Parts: sequence; C-alpha cells; structure tokens
Amino acid sequence: MSGPENDFTDGFTHMPIFKKPNFDFLKWRWPAVGLSLLIIISGAVVSVLQGGVTLGIDFSGGTIMIVEFSDPVTEDNVRSAISGIATESVVQQYGPAEANEVLIRLPQGGPEEGASLEEGANAVVAALEQSSVGGFTVIGQELVGPVIGEELQRRGVNAFVFAMVGILVYIGLRFRFSFAVGAVIAVVHDILVTLSMLTFFGYELSLNVVAAMLTITGYSVNDSIVVFDRVRENLRKMRRDAFDTLVNTSINQTLSRTIITSGTTAFAVLALFLFGGEVLRGFAFTMLVGVVSGTYSTIFIAAAAAIVISERRALRRVKAVAERVPATSKTKRRGKKARARA
Amino acid sequence: MGRLVMAKNLRWKVITIIAVTVLTGLAVYPPEDQVRLGLDLRGGVHLVLRVQTDDALRVETETSAGQLSEQVSLGGISVASAAAASPTEIRIEGVPPERDQEFRRIADELLQVSYDRESEAGGSYTYRMQPGVERALREESVLQALQTIEPRVNELGVAEPIVAPHGVSGDQILVQLPGVEDVAGAKEIIRSTGLLELKVVEEGPAPSREVLLQTRNGVVPPELEVVSGADNSLGGSIGQTAYYLVRQVAPVTGRDLRNARPTIDEYNQPAISFSFNREGARKFGNFTGSNVGRNLAIILDNRVYSAPTIQERISDEGRITGSFSQEEASDLALLLRSGALPASLTYLEERTVGPTLGADSIRAGVTASVAGLIAVALFMLTYYRLSGINAVVAVALNLLIMLGCMAYVEAVLTLPGIAGFILIIGMGVDSNVLIFERIKEELDSARGVRAAVSAGFDRVFLTILDTHIASLIAAAFLFQFGSGPIKGFAMTLFFGLISNIFTAVFVSRTIFEAVLTRRREATLSI
Repeated sequence: MSGPENDFTDGFTHMPIFKKPNFDFLKWRWPAVGLSLLIIISGAVVSVLQGGVTLGIDFSGGTIMIVEFSDPVTEDNVRSAISGIATESVVQQYGPAEANEVLIRLPQGGPEEGASLEEGANAVVAALEQSSVGGFTVIGQELVGPVIGEELQRRGVNAFVFAMVGILVYIGLRFRFSFAVGAVIAVVHDILVTLSMLTFFGYELSLNVVAAMLTITGYSVNDSIVVFDRVRENLRKMRRDAFDTLVNTSINQTLSRTIITSGTTAFAVLALFLFGGEVLRGFAFTMLVGVVSGTYSTIFIAAAAAIVISERRALRRVKAVAERVPATSKTKRRGKKARARA
Repeated sequence: MGRLVMAKNLRWKVITIIAVTVLTGLAVYPPEDQVRLGLDLRGGVHLVLRVQTDDALRVETETSAGQLSEQVSLGGISVASAAAASPTEIRIEGVPPERDQEFRRIADELLQVSYDRESEAGGSYTYRMQPGVERALREESVLQALQTIEPRVNELGVAEPIVAPHGVSGDQILVQLPGVEDVAGAKEIIRSTGLLELKVVEEGPAPSREVLLQTRNGVVPPELEVVSGADNSLGGSIGQTAYYLVRQVAPVTGRDLRNARPTIDEYNQPAISFSFNREGARKFGNFTGSNVGRNLAIILDNRVYSAPTIQERISDEGRITGSFSQEEASDLALLLRSGALPASLTYLEERTVGPTLGADSIRAGVTASVAGLIAVALFMLTYYRLSGINAVVAVALNLLIMLGCMAYVEAVLTLPGIAGFILIIGMGVDSNVLIFERIKEELDSARGVRAAVSAGFDRVFLTILDTHIASLIAAAFLFQFGSGPIKGFAMTLFFGLISNIFTAVFVSRTIFEAVLTRRREATLSI
C-alpha cells in the first residue's frame, strides 16, 4: 500500500541485546553476594579508618564558602592564607581551573550556636584580605549551625526508615512477603554499596547525596518489582517447575528490559555527572553508582534473597513434617541443601 | 462496525491528549513568568532563625516575681527572697512561719492563673509555670517575631520574599530573600530587636526636613534630632511622610513597657492601652506630669508611628487614642509589644547563592538535561526504530506535563529539581521499554500485531502501576525530609511519575492504535 507501511515492514527486524537469553544467574548468586560483601566491608573498613562516614556540612554543621579570585591562585596559597583559622579546614578548586573559584570549608565552630554562625566566614574574609592572594568575591556561602545539622540527620534517618517500611508493606500486600523482604534487602544492599563507593571516591554525605540515595531506593525497588511481577505471572504458567528455576527464567525474560532501562537512566545520569556542574556532582555520582548497583542487585540479590527466604519457610514446613516422620527428615533436608548449592 | 467503534474511541483519546498538551502548554507559557525558580538558581539568601522563646518566658516570670515581692511587702510580709529561678520558675525563700497562710493567699491570688505552687520545708515555695501557659507564651513569642520580621523584610524591597514558620520544634522561622546580595545588611535588619522610644516633640510635624528646620536656619540643635514617620493623623499610614524634631534622649523606652494591647476608648474608638513596669511607671509619670500639653512621639525602629498629645499625667497605665481602625490599633499594639518583649533571635542556618553561581547552575542544568534527552532519544530511535519515536514523544510530553503541573501548583524549580527532570527522562523511558519488550515477546508467540500490542500494554499495566507507586512512596518521604531544594526535587519526581503513567500507557498506546488502525495487514517496527 502506501509509504509508511513499507517503513514499518523495513524496520521490522530489531536489534536484540540478548536474543532469548538463558543465563544461570542463580549459579552466580553466592559469588555475587561475596563480591557485594567485599565492597561493603572494605567500604566500612575504609570509613572506619577515616573516622566514620564524612558528613557534609548539612549534617555536621560548619561553613562552606565559594570564593572567586580575580587572579589565578593555587589551593596552597589560599590554604596558607587562612591557616590560622581552623585546623581542619578544607580548600579545594571549585569548578574548572580557569574560573578561579575555590571552595573553603570550615568545621563547626564553638559550642554556642547563633552568635558564632558567621564567625568562621568573617575570619576567612579578614584573613584573605590581609594575605597577598589579590582581589576576591565571596559568590556563595553556606553556614549551618549544629541544631539544623542534628535535625536534618534525624529527619534523614526517619525518611529512610519510613520509606523502607512503606515499600515493604506495599510489596508485601501486592506480592509475597518473601518478595518484599528480597526487595528491601536489595535496597539496603544498594545503599551500602553506594556508601562504600562514596567513601572510596571521597564524596561526603550532603543533603543532595542523601536525596539521591532516597531516589535510589525507589529506583531499585522499581527494578525488583518488574522481576517479581514476572515471577508472579510465571507461577501461574509454570506450576511444575521448581521455584528457583522459575525465578531464573523470570530474570532472563526481563533481562533485556533491565539492561536497557538502566542503560538509558545511566545515560541521563551520566549527562548530569558530566555537565550538571559542581553542585550536583555528588548527587549525580550517587545516582550513577545507585543505578548500576540497583541493576546488579535486581539480577543477583533481590530474587536470590526471595528464594532463600522462601526455602527457609519451606524448610520450616519440612521440619515440622519431619518431626512427625523422623525417618525421612534427613534425606529431605539434604535434598534442599543440595538444591540451594546448585 | 468494530472498526468504527474503535475509530470513535481513538478520536476521543486523541482529543484528550491534545487537550492535556494544550492545557499544560498554556500553564507553562511564557516559561520565564510561569516557572518559579528556587533560590539556588536565581540567587539569594536562605536564613533559618530561632526565636529564643525562653526570653519571653523569662520576662513574664521576672515581671510576675517583681509583682509578687511588691504585693508581699505591701502586705507587710518580709521574705528572704522572691525571684525568678529559671525562665519558668519563681522561687520564694524564707517566708516567716506565722505569716505563711497570708503569704499563700497573696501569692496564689496573683500567680494561680498561670503558675502551680510547690511547697517545700522551711518556708520555701516554687511556683512553676503551667505547661499550657508556657506553650501558649512560646507560640505567641514566635508569632510575634514572625509579625515583627515580616514588615522589616517587606521594607527590604525584595520580590517574593518568604517569612514562614519552619521545622518541627516550633521555634524556627524561615526567611528567604531572592536576589539579595547584601546579606550582612539584611540579617542585621531582620534580627535587630524592635526598639521603642517615647520622645518629646519640639517641632513638627512638617512636610519636609527643610520646612521643619526653617526657624532654626536649617541646623539641628544639639540634643535634638530629626525623625520621620506617619503624618499627624494618629497612627495613620496614609498621607505623606511627616518630619518631627524631637529630643534625643528618650525618657522611656520599650524596656520599661510591660504590655500593650488594643482596646476601646470612652468614645468607643479603637485605642491602644499600655502598661509600664514599676521603674517605667515612675519615670513616665514624672515625664508626662511635667510635659502636659506637648506632643509625644512614639518611635519604633527610628520611625514615628504617631505623636499624640499628652493630656494629663500618666503613670502605670497609658492609652494612645486617635482615629485609627481596629486593625491599625492591634498592629500598633503589636509593634509596641515587639519593642517591649524582645525574644531575641539567633541564626541557625544561612545559605547564600550569588547570582553568578545561580546562573552557572541553570546553564549546567539545562546542558545536562539536553544532553541526557538527546542521548536517550538517540538510543531509543536506534534500538526501537519507528516505535522509538513513540517513546520520544511520550517522554517529551511527560516533561511538558511535569513542568505544567509545577507551574500550576506554583512549585519551585530547584537545581535538584532539574536533576529530577533528567532522572524522569531516564525512568520515563523505562515504562516504554517495559511495554515494547513485552510487545516483542508477544509478537514472537505469533499472535498478530494488534493483539500483541494490546496484550503488551495490558500485561504490563499493573507492573507499571506497582513500580510507580513504590517510587511515589520514596518521593513522598523525600518531600517530608527535605529542605527547599530537596522539596523541589521530590516535587518534580512526584509529578513526573504521575504524568509518566499517563504518557507511557495512555499516550503511547493511542499512538500505536492510531498507526495500526490505518492499515489492514499491519506489521510493527519495534
């Protein structure tokens, strides 16, 4: 017939990333868990060596100033100019080198609040004026007192806990309980991996980073739900198959979607990381790690956790039966274990 | 027949989509007026202040303690001490045992309304402020601070400033001043306690400084000063500025004032009554006694609010009468109180974004959005061919609807909000991918294109709903958690997720149907 139809016919062959994928993901679940644990534990060790996760001033309180200099300066110049103010101050280049912008961060000042809020910033301005670094303008500054910091810490933790519980309840209602636990384990996994990566790459936990992490919880659950949904559908279709086979099939069936989606989201977030500017760098980094980890945990962790929990429950049922029929208990349990190892 | 019904349905669907597009398009246009930018993008100051509500309690308790010792000594009872022990406690020691009953009667009569009595051994008493009274006083002092700050902020001449209660503790105030660069100056103006002074008018009112000083050859004599403010009509803010020549030294100030409240005078006109503490009453009595017939300028923060004539000697209670409305009377009473009961303010948080920094952020945000959109669009078009167009249209429409919703509810677009847009580009495509992959699967089971498309959408709808609700739960808590910029982010996510259900499911399906009804033997480019 007409032109457009020909177009459609021409375009019919699609380019599959995976044509009918059939990987045995569950075989890899224990190595995957090992890898995740390795990342998480080494992240924890590094952060303990550093004396805890580095909190941004939103949470710890303190002063951040962004100063634009009229002449090129080095970080060391600025550092020595303000060396008298605080021992733990941080000086780093902000944005591209040619912008001549420097970020100065001071830790929380004295114990009293309010009066001392501007103190650090004023001291920096005074010190810079006396030094030989040349003309400068403070183009932005953030002063956060300890009261706000504590409040935000508490609210951040609350937001996480309530979001988790909300998601747990929702998935528990819509799917099986073991799925809900699986999804939440996957989310916690993603958060811990992201925290480790933030530690490795020296990002601090700012308000934006925490917002990104909360977004990751939504995203990660998103991913898990798609797989669970397929499992639920397959439970009706493939009644004969063992649960873990069925889960593996479901992961494979949704695999190209999982990869494409995280691919497009990763594209978008990468654009943010590259072009989004200094303010959003931590946010974009967190999202990037979270998207990758979210995909990984969907394939290797969420479903595996759901299987383990389902098996535990099955095992308990078997045990209950075994108490009544002692002779068969051993073989059954061994059978279960063998399957879990496979 | 079946084709006809389908075509009719289709027409309604298309009309709905066009209507939504036009409506949101109108809401957004013109974007520079309709889309409100957050402080982090347009530059400005974000301040969080704490009202030291303890101050207000302390004033109240100290006043009560003062009244108590006055009453007690009038009753001829001598106690060792009677003073405020904390902002909420009055402690009395050394009440003589033989006068104990009488002391209780006097003290209870005075304090029972707001304080609870606790007796201790050896003639000691503690009167503790009732929790309800304490709460009310704290709330009142925050409200008072809010009402004091608001006009000051308005005087800064900033467009769209925000002065609002903040946080969960109930004693914080958020002030946002878009575009302000002189942060130190703005902070000083906001925090300065309202200073009330009552000064004798030597000359005036006059329409200008020159006229005022005409008789003195344009020179301000020593010990006098020029202040400006409302016209002669008492309390009236209408009319032009009037100038007064007043004595420099104020015999009484807000520190001597105990309270001020709106009232009604003997002619049933709104008036303001005020009362002084003991020291203030003595000073004011002497002062008014020797200045009957002269005008008294009521000056708050160096601005004359009214200059009534002193009719007679006023000691502990005074009244400002004049022609003002009920509302003006209560405003003036508030002004007097705010000068009198300063619960001091401290800054808890200050964030300043210079205009260059904000402009940089906008540029970076827009660049990142465009780059993200192009990357995603290119991928979708390469991978899904013609169906990719469908996805790109859906995502673009999604962004428009998001922006329209934000403009409609007057939500603020922040830098994290822009990040939310980029995220929604990525996540919005997810629903399309989910549907397309499903359609491919259905095509593989050789059902024919129309059935495959229909089954693909039907099967996936619940999944999309589940994923979106889970994300909405996270976004809701994000909104709860966040301060300004993060709230903006949560807002974009929220609208993005909701409009995505519409675009990815409804719009995308309609496009498929529109294309497929046109041909009999359909194939699909996916």
